[in-house]
Amino acid sequence: MKLVVAIIKPSRLEEVRQALNSLDVHGMTVTEVKGYGRQKGHSEIYRGTEYAVHFLPKLKIEIAVEDALSDRVITAIREAAQTGRIGDGKIFVFDLEHVTRIRTGETGAAAL
Amino acid sequence: MIIARTTKVVGASLASLTTLLYALPALAQSATSAATAAAPAAAAPAAPAINSGDTAWMLTSVALVLMMTIPGLGLFYAGMVRKKNVLATVMQSFAITCVVTLLWFIIGYSIAFTNDDPANPGKFIGSFAHFLLNGINVNSINGLAPTIPEYVFSMFQMTFAIITPALICGAFAERMKFSAMIIFMSLWLLFVYAPIAHWVWGGGFLGGLGVLDFAGGTVVHINAGVAGLVCALVLGRRKGFGTVNMAPHNLVLSFIGASLLWVGWFGFNAGSAVASNALAGAAMMNTQVATAAAALAWMFAEWLVVKKPSVLGIISGAVAGLVAVTPASGFVNPTGAFIIGIVAGVVCYYAAAHLKKMFGYDDSLDAFGVHGIGGIIGALLTGVFADAAINPLGANHSIITQLEGVVVTIVWTAVVTWVILMVTKMLVGLRASEAEEEEGLDITQHGESVAE
Repeated sequence: MKLVVAIIKPSRLEEVRQALNSLDVHGMTVTEVKGYGRQKGHSEIYRGTEYAVHFLPKLKIEIAVEDALSDRVITAIREAAQTGRIGDGKIFVFDLEHVTRIRTGETGAAAL
Repeated sequence: MIIARTTKVVGASLASLTTLLYALPALAQSATSAATAAAPAAAAPAAPAINSGDTAWMLTSVALVLMMTIPGLGLFYAGMVRKKNVLATVMQSFAITCVVTLLWFIIGYSIAFTNDDPANPGKFIGSFAHFLLNGINVNSINGLAPTIPEYVFSMFQMTFAIITPALICGAFAERMKFSAMIIFMSLWLLFVYAPIAHWVWGGGFLGGLGVLDFAGGTVVHINAGVAGLVCALVLGRRKGFGTVNMAPHNLVLSFIGASLLWVGWFGFNAGSAVASNALAGAAMMNTQVATAAAALAWMFAEWLVVKKPSVLGIISGAVAGLVAVTPASGFVNPTGAFIIGIVAGVVCYYAAAHLKKMFGYDDSLDAFGVHGIGGIIGALLTGVFADAAINPLGANHSIITQLEGVVVTIVWTAVVTWVILMVTKMLVGLRASEAEEEEGLDITQHGESVAE
């Protein structure tokens, strides 16, 4: 199993959700996060005083999937979240050791 | 001089010449001897009578001007601070409203707006006789506002006394101790606001100079703005000023606050006619035109300089326009108001965005940049644009006389504000500790915080 962690632009969430839904991925966790990469931050000016805002708002999506599905999931997220402009985000993939569904006690792929 | 004291009498009278003729004797009416002399046959026309139209408008104006402070100013300021200080900021406006209400009831109104001998009012201070509103009853009338009940007049003036100290809070936002704020504001009301209100509106010496101040350019805005600058200088900058991000946390609050200020200001300016009459209508039109002009002027100036028209810019410009048109609203015509608005929008933008940086003081929310500078612009330009066709009291307008009024106000406010700050510092200290400031005033001063 893999844990796919994607950092995306907040405005692309719905597109990503739909793309994953069509792959039969039916669960995900979304967190509001702040960060920066190559995009860096931006500056804001209030009454002539300029503030550098280093951390921009992004969404972090976490999805646990079976190994066979992970490549398609990555492609789906990349296509749905891409705008072509700097700041589109990144996708990280980790090996996932263990999963337990709390309600039933099922483990492994059955718990996904 | 045509300070608002006279202005208000005349304001009440412009509706018709008869009212004018009747309002002037009304002043003398308050003096016992004059009353007796006037008593016989002409008693009916000479006696001051409560006018229901005037009273209705002034009751409304009281509510409008109170709304300017709570919630208007409270929200305007609260949106501009960091999230950890938002409750402390709205608390300042609310607590000042309560404290000033009581001080005004106890002695403030008496020393500012009543005189032992109305025919010969005190030059520097009014009467102490109306402690706890003693001697004022449901039928009382103050000669300064002869067509409305004295309770209503006192309430109207009270709302001005509330907003003026509340404006100062913008200068020391995010760092003053709450206890110090309460002590400072109480003393400031009694030793700065009440005397100056008396000098300009209550029969004192500034009333004799010929200074034109329709609704409070000197008494309210220059007064609060300069006091704010002194506070900013004495308290010093916020910790991390210039390095830490101090961006406004929610400008929607400021937008709501500025909008409430704008609407409430009709009570402030049109209400300063102290009558439901033609002059109130002129003041209303002037207020609207100047505000829109200043809002756009600030917005375009900023658009040119930093390439973006900002929300904070347009609402700040609106407030600058409201401030600047305040002394002028019952003297100039709409063209004058339009020019005053444009000048105020551009100059106040410059003051808030550039002048402050040049001198390095931390007038956090620009109490001086907007109210001090805007007030001075308005006071001086009233001397340029006063139009006798709008208000005959403006016939002898002079920018030099206006300057005298401005200078006297600045000197008294600056000196006495400084003294009061020193006294407050001795009693409880002025600033929250560095650790408290860092954690935020909401949790350290009030034990509360807004939800994430």
